[in-house]
Amino acid sequence: MTTLAQTTARAKTTTAPQRVRWRLSGRIASAVAIVIAVLWTTPTFGLLLSSLRPEDQIKTTGWWTFFADPQLTLENYREVLFGTSSSSGQMMSFLINSVVITVPSVLFPLALAAFAAYALAWLPFRGREWIYIGVFALQIVPLQMSLVPLLSFFSQGVEIFGLQLSPAWNLEGPARFIQVWFAHTCFALPLGIFLLHNFMSELPGELMEAARVDGASHGVILRKIVLPLVLPALATFAIFQFLWVWNDLLVGLIFAGGTPDSAPMTVRLAQMAGTRGNEWQRLTAGAFVSVIIPLTVFLSMQRYFVRGLLAGSVKG
Amino acid sequence: MSLLSRPHRVALAAGTIGLALVASACASTDAKPSAGGGSASAAPECAAFTQYGNHAGKTVSIYSPIRDAEADLFQEAWKPFATCTGMKITYEGTGEFEAQIQVRADGGNPPDIAFFPQPGLLERFAKAGKLKPASAEVKKLAEEGWSADWAKYSTVDGVFYGAPLGASVKSFVWYSPGMFKEKGWAVPKTWDELMTLTNTIAGTGIKPWCVGLESGDATGWPATDWIEDILLREIGPEGYDDWVTHKIPFNDPKIVSAVDKVGAILKNEKFVNGGYGPVKSIVSTAFQEGGVPITEGKCALHRQASFYANFWPEGTKVGEDGDVFAFYLPGNDPSKKPVLGAGEFVAAFTDRPEVQAVQAYLAGAEFPTTRMKLATYVTARKGVDPANAQNPIDKLSMEMLQDPSTVFRFDGSDLMPAAVGAGTFWKGMTDWINGKDTKTVLDYIEASWPKS
Amino acid sequence: MDFDFAAEQPKLVQLLIGVAAFLVVVAVVLILVDRAPMRRRAWIHATILLLPALLLLGIGLVIPAIRTTLLSFMSGDSRQWVGLDNYAWMFTQPEAVTVLRNTLVWVLLVPLLVTSVGLVYAVLVDRTRFESIAKSLVFLPMAISFVGAGIIWRFVYAYRSGDQDQIGLLNQLVVAVGGEPQQWLQDPPFNTLFLIVVMVWIQAGFATVVLSAAIKGIPAEIVEAAKLDGASPLQMFFRVTLPSIRTAVVVVLVTQSIGTLKLFDIVRTMTGGQFDTSVIANEMYNQAFRYGETGKGAALAVFLFVLVLPIVVYQIRQRREAAR
Repeated sequence: MTTLAQTTARAKTTTAPQRVRWRLSGRIASAVAIVIAVLWTTPTFGLLLSSLRPEDQIKTTGWWTFFADPQLTLENYREVLFGTSSSSGQMMSFLINSVVITVPSVLFPLALAAFAAYALAWLPFRGREWIYIGVFALQIVPLQMSLVPLLSFFSQGVEIFGLQLSPAWNLEGPARFIQVWFAHTCFALPLGIFLLHNFMSELPGELMEAARVDGASHGVILRKIVLPLVLPALATFAIFQFLWVWNDLLVGLIFAGGTPDSAPMTVRLAQMAGTRGNEWQRLTAGAFVSVIIPLTVFLSMQRYFVRGLLAGSVKG
Repeated sequence: MSLLSRPHRVALAAGTIGLALVASACASTDAKPSAGGGSASAAPECAAFTQYGNHAGKTVSIYSPIRDAEADLFQEAWKPFATCTGMKITYEGTGEFEAQIQVRADGGNPPDIAFFPQPGLLERFAKAGKLKPASAEVKKLAEEGWSADWAKYSTVDGVFYGAPLGASVKSFVWYSPGMFKEKGWAVPKTWDELMTLTNTIAGTGIKPWCVGLESGDATGWPATDWIEDILLREIGPEGYDDWVTHKIPFNDPKIVSAVDKVGAILKNEKFVNGGYGPVKSIVSTAFQEGGVPITEGKCALHRQASFYANFWPEGTKVGEDGDVFAFYLPGNDPSKKPVLGAGEFVAAFTDRPEVQAVQAYLAGAEFPTTRMKLATYVTARKGVDPANAQNPIDKLSMEMLQDPSTVFRFDGSDLMPAAVGAGTFWKGMTDWINGKDTKTVLDYIEASWPKS
Repeated sequence: MDFDFAAEQPKLVQLLIGVAAFLVVVAVVLILVDRAPMRRRAWIHATILLLPALLLLGIGLVIPAIRTTLLSFMSGDSRQWVGLDNYAWMFTQPEAVTVLRNTLVWVLLVPLLVTSVGLVYAVLVDRTRFESIAKSLVFLPMAISFVGAGIIWRFVYAYRSGDQDQIGLLNQLVVAVGGEPQQWLQDPPFNTLFLIVVMVWIQAGFATVVLSAAIKGIPAEIVEAAKLDGASPLQMFFRVTLPSIRTAVVVVLVTQSIGTLKLFDIVRTMTGGQFDTSVIANEMYNQAFRYGETGKGAALAVFLFVLVLPIVVYQIRQRREAAR
């Protein structure tokens, strides 16, 4: 991250930066890389293969026996996605809930953390050091400990010595999603501010100074200079926040409840692990369905994210 | 197990059949849109529900540890009631009931009604002032429907908080009648006979017992049921009560010897774990799959509650002449047959009229009857005809539970403070199977008993 | 498929409302900042930019943290003050040592392993033809929820006795080389290591992506200069790459340490804290929510705060140095 700033500064001097191919060359290096990749992929591959095998086979033989006795079925997926009884899946509703929960839960922290990080990195005011350290330290507040106070903030409002400071929200129906967005935003801010602040504080001060001399306001500096330069950092944070929210179980369970009206897919998956013991066939298929979307998002974002990084480094 | 006297039974049966007819009639009108509720409750098929009043447009939320297929059945069973009274019942089942109900109640966002499977947990909420006392009507229904023992479990400091719902009998050993017949084994009547049988079976090369403890958060509970069942026989019902209330400490010699008695089976490599491997495999075997090797002939005996009827592989017939059946876990004295069981209690966090109506409805005889006709279900409520049960074990369980002469005791771990009953006791027994010795484990559990 | 799409529409409307609200918030903040007069001391601007975030942090984290601290001095039902009893309990119960030891093992090993694997891998695949695919493969586990990861790793650690077909990959390998199948998660102390493997598996992708991004930012001329000087790949790594991406490495280490201290899901889904694998966060959850011992749970949470203090102090120092 230091490097980003350095690059930005240096990019001015090298007109056409020649990227040199360099790496720990040789066969050993490639071999190590391949071993890591295989190790990291095998368990997931096992899941994919398992999810396509018939129920009795999943439970009695390992997935690798597939290669000796190939039998595939889409039955598990059919049951999980479109089954109608509450024990089979009904994944579609939950999938939509997950989307509705995730999008604003990524956008809000992204914006608020960017604002705060900019203020903490580039605005001179007394006490900013301490605010930053305080925010940083807040990362350790265990999520579990915030559930009850936050829930009572939603359901009863804030009351101090009989004085109602904020009303109870009493959200019904789809409006319940607001609670989930709110909670996710709160919990994401410390890490978000920490990460973005790290990026932003590495930007060269001369850039800001020059802009200020030209009469640019903080709003303009933030919009026109800082945000474009930290785009890769924003993308990184967005990806991680997306994955965190998409895969979160606890916050969804508490603030969205467990019904198809508002609960995310992870809650459903945990329910499916169910009272009926190890229904591996449903679990494997269900797990894979829940993985597909974050995977697609990452793979499509990844390019943008690398490009954004390179673009940022030659623009300055 | 003496049954109810005949005339009494006939009257009850007639009553329940009548109610059931009404229920099914009502169910058949589901397709009709129930306009508002005012007119709906006036419809003739809703006659049985007029006593619960009209609650058009009201919503009652229920939170419960019962999920999946069983949850579907519950909702199906109370649908006519909801339609006729015009209310909407939202049901949510969760696998983390104990933790979630606490969070919701503390956060000021509790459900209207919760099904508590642990009287100990219910007591904690009652003492914290979160629960509302049951209405006079519910109390009356509970008094006529359940023995005083059952009512006691949901009474805290003299206040009654809710009627029981479902129930289960835990003192069963599942086996395969076909296998027994083929090998010439007889169902044991005493503990000694049981141990002899165990040795006989072990002699044939089959590991006689199969056990599964894995149950996610609750891993270990089947082992605590074992201990409780044996304790109930060893130190008697009164001793059992003293143990549950901590008048007898956990590391008392009496408890140690009972635990060792269980250990003679569960920690003996020759006796367990049929179909799964060595003793240690007990811990990683899901309780739902614990007894399945019986159907494959790899195991002969599985001690588990009546509800295990749900967990047999599809197509397994439960019955004396079927694929699997169960016998009563015998004690030293065949004339004494104490029964260990469990169940849920319907307690409310609010006292709106519609909430009390749901509580009253669930406390009546009609709901369990309707529910039982759908699929396997057991209730301890008097006035529900065991003949409606889906399988012979359910029927037997209900007869045992309804019989006033039965000495019934509730699952002890559900009565203890949660730190022990849902914590160190489960965990301790799991460690015990995994290799720790009896003394260490019992000392550990004893030390964890809350001091205040 | 009897899936009723119309019933889902209110949710999508809600989503639109949410996005609209987001745009309004962003617009309002930016307009306010633009309107505020530029001065040397930027109090007004700082307030406008910080206020929304600080408000949320206050409601969502600061108040709960204070409440937790107070609760840790109270009894289980939060009705009376008990002084330091809960802390005394924490350090005297026999199991506590195990829990603390496990947490220590986790927080030492995970950041180290995650960072090294991520760094080595990022360097190895940097600027190769398959870089994008290679990184995606390692990143893949990040996209999987803990529930999903639990299921996946059960297929790795699953145990069947020796006379049966194995369904767990690890035991299959053991059997293939003639060994006895093991119950990996049941035997302390190594079961903790097998759980750590899962965490490293999930998190290595994070390190790879962040560090890879940092490596890409190393100025080409530095690399070129080093090459001209005849630096070997290893020298290059230790003299050029590592120093250049120091900040990124620290970021990964710090976030991993904090994440590991709070770790809870893996232990809970895979062993439930059985067999001496429990860690502080798991124990805290059990005490506070499952056992109704709020005071003890809160005391454990406060202890977590204390554990992170060294990291905070380190950060303060770093910033002091940087400021100089």
